[in-house]
Amino acid sequence: MLGFLGLSSLDELFAVVPEAVKLQHDLELAGGVGEPDVLVHMEAYGERNRARSDRLVCFAGGGAYDHEIPSVTRALAGRSEFVTSYTPYQPEVAQGVLQAVFEFQTMVARIAGLPVSNASLYDGGSAAVEAVNLGVAATGRQTVWVSEGIHPHWRQMLSTFAVGTGHRIVTVPLVDGVTAWPEGPRGDDEAPGVVLVGYPNYLGCLEDLSAVRALCDRTGALMVVGADPLAAGLLRSAGDWGADVMVGEGQAFGTSLGFGGPYLGLFACSSAYVRRLPGRLVGETVDVEDRVAYVTTLRAREQDIRREKATSNVCTNQTLMAVTAAVQLGWLGTSGLVEVATRCARATRYARDAVLTVDGVTPWADAPVLREFAVRLPRPADQVIERMADAGFLAGISLEGAVDGGEDGLLVAVTERRTAEQIDAYAAALAKAVA
Amino acid sequence: MTEETASTSTATGAPGGRAVSTPLLGGESEPTLFELSHPGRQAWSFRTTGIPEVSVEDLVPAIHRRTAPVDVAEVSERDLVAHFTRLSHRQFSVDLGAYPLGSCTMKYNPKVCDTVAGLPGLAGVHPAAPASMTQGWLALLVELEETLCEVTGMAAATLQPAAGAAGELTGLLLMRAWHEAQGRVRHKVIIPDSAHGTNPASVTLGGYEVVTVPSDSRGCVDMAALRAELDDDVAGIMLTNPNTLGLFEEDIAEIAAAVHEVGGLLYYDGANLNAILGVVRPGDMGFDIVHMNLHKTFATPHGGGGPGAGPVAVSERLVPFLPGPRPVRTGGDAPGAEFAWATPERSIGRVHTWHGNALVLARALAYILVNGGDGLKRIAQVAVLNANWIRRRLHDAYDVPFDRPCMHEVVLSARSLKAAHGVRALDIAKRLLEEGFHSPTVYFPLIVDEALMIEPTETESPQTLEALAVALETIAAEAGELGSEAMAAHPLVTPVRRVDEARAARTLIPTFDARN
Repeated sequence: MLGFLGLSSLDELFAVVPEAVKLQHDLELAGGVGEPDVLVHMEAYGERNRARSDRLVCFAGGGAYDHEIPSVTRALAGRSEFVTSYTPYQPEVAQGVLQAVFEFQTMVARIAGLPVSNASLYDGGSAAVEAVNLGVAATGRQTVWVSEGIHPHWRQMLSTFAVGTGHRIVTVPLVDGVTAWPEGPRGDDEAPGVVLVGYPNYLGCLEDLSAVRALCDRTGALMVVGADPLAAGLLRSAGDWGADVMVGEGQAFGTSLGFGGPYLGLFACSSAYVRRLPGRLVGETVDVEDRVAYVTTLRAREQDIRREKATSNVCTNQTLMAVTAAVQLGWLGTSGLVEVATRCARATRYARDAVLTVDGVTPWADAPVLREFAVRLPRPADQVIERMADAGFLAGISLEGAVDGGEDGLLVAVTERRTAEQIDAYAAALAKAVA
Repeated sequence: MTEETASTSTATGAPGGRAVSTPLLGGESEPTLFELSHPGRQAWSFRTTGIPEVSVEDLVPAIHRRTAPVDVAEVSERDLVAHFTRLSHRQFSVDLGAYPLGSCTMKYNPKVCDTVAGLPGLAGVHPAAPASMTQGWLALLVELEETLCEVTGMAAATLQPAAGAAGELTGLLLMRAWHEAQGRVRHKVIIPDSAHGTNPASVTLGGYEVVTVPSDSRGCVDMAALRAELDDDVAGIMLTNPNTLGLFEEDIAEIAAAVHEVGGLLYYDGANLNAILGVVRPGDMGFDIVHMNLHKTFATPHGGGGPGAGPVAVSERLVPFLPGPRPVRTGGDAPGAEFAWATPERSIGRVHTWHGNALVLARALAYILVNGGDGLKRIAQVAVLNANWIRRRLHDAYDVPFDRPCMHEVVLSARSLKAAHGVRALDIAKRLLEEGFHSPTVYFPLIVDEALMIEPTETESPQTLEALAVALETIAAEAGELGSEAMAAHPLVTPVRRVDEARAARTLIPTFDARN
């Protein structure tokens, strides 16, 4: 091949690179090794992770949950046609991914109780950032009211990205587990363009969203609900509460804990905002023979066409996780989504009752919870989590930094995978750990 | 009943699923999962827990309770498997054949990396577990960060950004924070007219104004035009090098000096990093901020459109501004305390809900280990060799707007075919699908008419490249013989033929429920 190009060495291919900037030595990296050695190297890292779910029984949540992932989901989502393709730029040979995403969009829209869902965003936090950008653009108001019950990392992301967009993020505090919304803006303050609330919120509490709807009606803000899509198996949908946009973390639908990624950002909205929708959207159409076909649509919204006028820069998203969620939701089906949410709720009730019998452990709040709850401990949560690991549990997440006075708070999530035996043992270990 | 009607009747979306597979025979649509649904079917099963049953009424207060279940679909496991397997048969992928989609680096994704991503010690770790219990993950991330810094010639990196565009915005926020720390406010970011669309979109979200500079007759940044734009209101410049024409910006040292002279920073869009691994490093070219697309250069699978990973590496002076928390060595060697999370002093904050697309990061590290330092350089060499071979091989059949040595990709044009026969780049792209190849990127970069951007990657064999070249030559010849109308009819044998995109946008059907 070199001869065909009239060259005698591979180095000559880089003759256009000025010598002054060219690397004058080899990369200081080890030489390549075969698969067995790589696996030994990577497995050794895995061995150093004490908090793996096959070693410590997982009671941690906070948007990342230890749910059942059946063989069927692993098998189908692992098919290399889904894994090794890219953005469906040529729909004639991408109907598989396109249709799977169309089905995903349908499922998310039904869960949200809203008519439109996009094809996914990076994660729950990035979906919240995009929803805020959409709301600000739609209302022309840069003030954003965010409940303290929104995941603390989402709130940190909103602050990070607000530096570029100039949004004013106002945190509205929780009181006894639920957001204490003001009547409206104070004095000359700008009314919010967006109001963002969690359902359930970060502490697992269920808030009365009719108060949020009323607030949005009074102020003209967009109502954005950060919903747990699995809890939606039992709870009223965001759309039913009157939300304009639902965002959420979709990891619960078939994606492994994976140390936090890749996860799945969910984004659904009312029809009024479809032309401001961030990310990709799949629509149904027909081909020249009038057969049903799917294609990415409303492309004129996107960055590669609108360039600096685009309101979102998203290109690569989390399609494989969306396909995974479609498979997992297909596996759950109508009855299974109710069943898994119910099982989580029952296990949570059972665990909360057991944990609250431990001396010195008190409820963080009295508001109703569904699949996650917070308690106050008689000693720092960090210390308790370390002690619980010795007993074989990942006890939960410390609330330090998440809410005011959170050092003594522990957030506990209980999925359908937890047994009564595990929960009993957890409560017994907790009694020792807090003593 | 004749055989034909029997086959037709089983094929018409019977509710409840049907275990027949005609996609392999071509042509037939797959019903949606909702159409395959049949009341009462289920696939799920859960473990026996011994937890007492409590009614939903007792678990959920009435005002929060859903009145009807979410209608998902009701299918058996067998039907579910058949459905998604049939869908997979309607999908082209790297594992099926060459995918020369320019700018996307659709190289082969080694299977060992899939195994790594599934290791229970990595995949089963909760992201909020304390550092003391996740030392393996922190060590892995630190090793990857150090490796990526060596490859790019930078001082430190954040692994949080989930994709290239997320990396761009992170980089622009770093740029902003750095200028603010110097006590100044700047408003403009320069990008060449050949840049990816994500660049200008990210610039806007970063709170900057886009200034576009044209390319010169060589396909590189027009130095005179650049100098004319440089002043003390310029925060920086975003460059892809090699650029989206597949050409190396030979004036890079001069560009860097000029931008630095006015106090601006250089941002490297790493979309094309595959071309220069081990040959030349962004840091040595003078870049201050570098994003990488691990799903391109480091072979993590593209997943039908994601997930990706877009780490951002920076030079020494920008390290204090990196997103946090970030994994660091503590200097100690007590078990469970060698690595910790630390937030840099003047951090721009968090850009991902957790720690980035961690399992994608693990795959990338495994890929680097397989190849080693010498292997990475070989990747760049072969990628560039393959692209130049394609350029040389096809320069009679197609226009080559910038016919000089390219890097990892080459931009051809169907300009002459369009002028002579009315056959467009799109027609070529669609016709190529019938030859078993994915299409090149078309109509990008925007500055080339009828662009066909081909990135063969290093993983395709000379035989595959020859077959691709023959296919493209044949198509060019056909274009002349058959003319535009015949060419516009292709593809004929793909799962669907050309789709009505205008109708999709006009009559929006984003869900099954919007069908009627």
